[in-house]
Amino acid sequence: MTTLERGLETRQAPPRPAGGFLDRPEWLGPLMIGPAVLFIVLVVGIPFLLALFYSVSDISMGDRTMRFVGLRNFIAIWGTTNFQTAIWNTFVFAIVSQILVIVLGTALALALLRDFRGKWLIRFLLLLPWVAPISLGTIGWLWIFDSTYSVLNWTLETLRFISPNDWYMWLGIPHLAMGSVIAVHVWRILPLATVILLAGLSSIPHDIHDAARVDGAGYWRHLFEITVPLIRPIMLVAGLFGLVFAFTDMIVIFVLTRGGPYDTTQVLATLAFFTGIQGGDIAEGAAIALFLFPMLLAVAIGFLRVARRTEVV
Amino acid sequence: MAAADKTLRNRAARGGHYGVIALFTIFSAFPFYWMLITTFKSTPDLLKRGNNPFILNEAPTLEHLRVLFYDTLYGQWLWNTFFVGAIVVAITLVLAVPAGYALARMMGPAGEKLGIAIFLTYLVPPTLLFIPMSRIIGDLGLQDSLWSLVLVYPSFTIPFSTWLLMGFFKAIPKDLEEAAMIDGLSRFGAFVKVVIPISVAGILTTVIFTLTLVMQEFVYAVTFITAARNFTVSVGVPTFLVHGDVYFWGSLMAGCFISSVPVALLYNFFVDRFVTGFTMGAVKG
Amino acid sequence: MAIVETQDVIKLFGDVKAVDGVSLATRESEFLVMLGPSGCGKTTLLRMIAGLEQPSSGDIVIGGQVVTALPPRARKIAMVFQSYALYPHMTVAKNIAFPLKAQGMARDERQKRVERSASMLGIGHLLHRKPRELSGGERQRVALARALVREPAVFLLDEPLSNLDAKLRTSARDELQQFQRQVATTTIYVTHDQVEAMGLGHRIAVMSGGKVRQLGTPQEVYHDPADTFVAAFLGSPPMNLIETPGYILGFRPENFLPKEVFGANGPLLSIPCRVTRLEYLGSDRLVYGTTEGKFEGHRVISKLPSNISAPIQTGERHEFATPEGDLKFFDPRTGLKAAPRAL
Repeated sequence: MTTLERGLETRQAPPRPAGGFLDRPEWLGPLMIGPAVLFIVLVVGIPFLLALFYSVSDISMGDRTMRFVGLRNFIAIWGTTNFQTAIWNTFVFAIVSQILVIVLGTALALALLRDFRGKWLIRFLLLLPWVAPISLGTIGWLWIFDSTYSVLNWTLETLRFISPNDWYMWLGIPHLAMGSVIAVHVWRILPLATVILLAGLSSIPHDIHDAARVDGAGYWRHLFEITVPLIRPIMLVAGLFGLVFAFTDMIVIFVLTRGGPYDTTQVLATLAFFTGIQGGDIAEGAAIALFLFPMLLAVAIGFLRVARRTEVV
Repeated sequence: MAAADKTLRNRAARGGHYGVIALFTIFSAFPFYWMLITTFKSTPDLLKRGNNPFILNEAPTLEHLRVLFYDTLYGQWLWNTFFVGAIVVAITLVLAVPAGYALARMMGPAGEKLGIAIFLTYLVPPTLLFIPMSRIIGDLGLQDSLWSLVLVYPSFTIPFSTWLLMGFFKAIPKDLEEAAMIDGLSRFGAFVKVVIPISVAGILTTVIFTLTLVMQEFVYAVTFITAARNFTVSVGVPTFLVHGDVYFWGSLMAGCFISSVPVALLYNFFVDRFVTGFTMGAVKG
Repeated sequence: MAIVETQDVIKLFGDVKAVDGVSLATRESEFLVMLGPSGCGKTTLLRMIAGLEQPSSGDIVIGGQVVTALPPRARKIAMVFQSYALYPHMTVAKNIAFPLKAQGMARDERQKRVERSASMLGIGHLLHRKPRELSGGERQRVALARALVREPAVFLLDEPLSNLDAKLRTSARDELQQFQRQVATTTIYVTHDQVEAMGLGHRIAVMSGGKVRQLGTPQEVYHDPADTFVAAFLGSPPMNLIETPGYILGFRPENFLPKEVFGANGPLLSIPCRVTRLEYLGSDRLVYGTTEGKFEGHRVISKLPSNISAPIQTGERHEFATPEGDLKFFDPRTGLKAAPRAL
């Protein structure tokens, strides 16, 4: 029987249930997605709930018992200068680095739009900071920032911007340290943002650019009134992503400054680590880490709003 | 506007264009050049303040590499990392490939929401979960074992991979599966025999991306594992090659370079597909 | 209103000559259609006139001024794209106002012009909508309004009707033509649809392989084609072409009817055919057949209006004929029009 005849025959026959559950989407769908969802619920959901429990308990590394203590942990940490500084630093770190990432990422993505020779190699070099293991890339910077051997200082001295005694302690002076940490974070996130923004830029239909040329738009008008508004949704996605990484990151700061000097680069994530794991006070560590949660929620909501509004065309 | 003016402006624009790219490239790649050169610089050369740090002032040396591979457990760490990576990739594929397909084809409008929800779990950071996680790991007796990582890493690789794969599967025309089903395969059979072979490129991309996620992970690895021989590269290199205040820079840089560059090379091959899958995940349909 | 000229324009993409030495000149206020199949170079030529591509050699002249080196915005042209290219993030009003804003026009003046342009195209009530909320026909009108608002010397249109449903196309075509006659601006229109070309153009430039095969009025290109390409491209179904050793014979399906229909009117060329298939299309009947007799072995089509009731059966051998005055002759080597000869 040919496919056509077979098809005609089934259309004429009375409807019968399609083959086993391997055919029906209502069964097959949930079956195929089930394991993944189950895993996520178990491995993400349970620890998350535990984090909530811990934060309202008095559990610690040594003492295996757990008693409910209400909001005592939160109240305790809220007042400390440690915590206040950490919150402030977290915001400064995240927001400044994200603004830089978006602006620089857009500029780089625009420059990468056109094809040119050696693009593959350049792209490889540009991707390195993102792909390389974070701890390792950051260690590279540790050596670059080293107060005695910093290549940056050497270059500045050679170019006669500073004198040999004037070498900067990139990671040792309060505000300079924050700047250095931000710089490394931007360095790391830039490739990811650029790739995402590049995807957005490539999705603008070519006609629109032609129409703008015919309509007489100069370079800047074209950029700010046509191109940028059209990639706004993707910019937001890249920004949201980066914001989450920035708010919750601990590696860069851990490796470079350990939160110093004098807590000026201490952020919530590192504070939680030092308190909970190295300090042993699990409950307090969990409470600190939980302050990240409202921010994450805000990002999730933001992301959903953008997803709904992405029907620009 | 005369024609000559126009070419001048064109050249200036192109010059600026290349200049911007060059600047960013130097910014991004410089630390890796640094790592490379430090790997082969002899220690006196490294520590002499007057020397030009950008070049090899004295003869290059393999000493740092020797220290790295023979005096530390670097080789063991590399092995650990790939071991964990391979198993996590396998687990991720087994769970995420069917899930991605289900979301792309079978879940309808509820599927859209579920897809986004799954993806959002990727954004729940290790720094939030690592404290309770460490207790669970301890209670399970997996403290200090690589299996703790194998258990926990899929918690972030699966959400992202599901999203990516959903995007790849959406990009395949439905006609192919429908033709297979008319020819006698069940839906699941069509998935296995038609869709998966076509999506090999997308699946490979997911594999590479998952591998990079595993290799990069630091927080869980540093929290769960304390015994040196069980370190992954990401933890071992920073922890071990620093003795108090003394940094073995040469070997440190060598370790960083070797762990970063090959993976980045591989990644570069797949980045275009990665972007396609990532953005297709957001398209309705 | 200006005249557009292309002077021996050539465009190379690598080794491929997309446009191969085209010299054209429009007339004032003319609606000139560039017609041809995909890949014939018509869109490339249009883009060079617009300034979106640069010719490899040759010049573009608009209104007497050589514009080859000028960017699009300096050429006083306006363009409507196949996809309309409306800015998706702007309202209709802002879309139309954009070219004026780019020129630096003051807001009040802009507002007035936008309203005038919009009312001319009957879209005044849509000014606050976004493009995605509009139908295909409405989008076309917005694109036209945006083109109109700059009061350009030349309109360039790149297949603007191909994205519309078949039904909508006829009314859109009608509106377009009225629009152009009204504003009387020189218009260059690119299409692959010969029905559109015949219906809209004052003159048609038929293109293929990067060259213009014939430039003429619809009547000229239809009834007096310059070569076999033009002859076959225009007309639906295409002209019947019979190749013989000395010449190629051409006759249109609507002129190729059952012999009895002609009665005693004038000298006829008679060709017997074996009928292979009939298509009943409502207003016409198409008879597909294979020739026999002197010009045997060729497949031909006859287009019978439905008001002619000549009964024809599949498989029968039937005598068809064409008036000798309607025969076209072409040179078999070059495909070009040739002098009539005795049969």
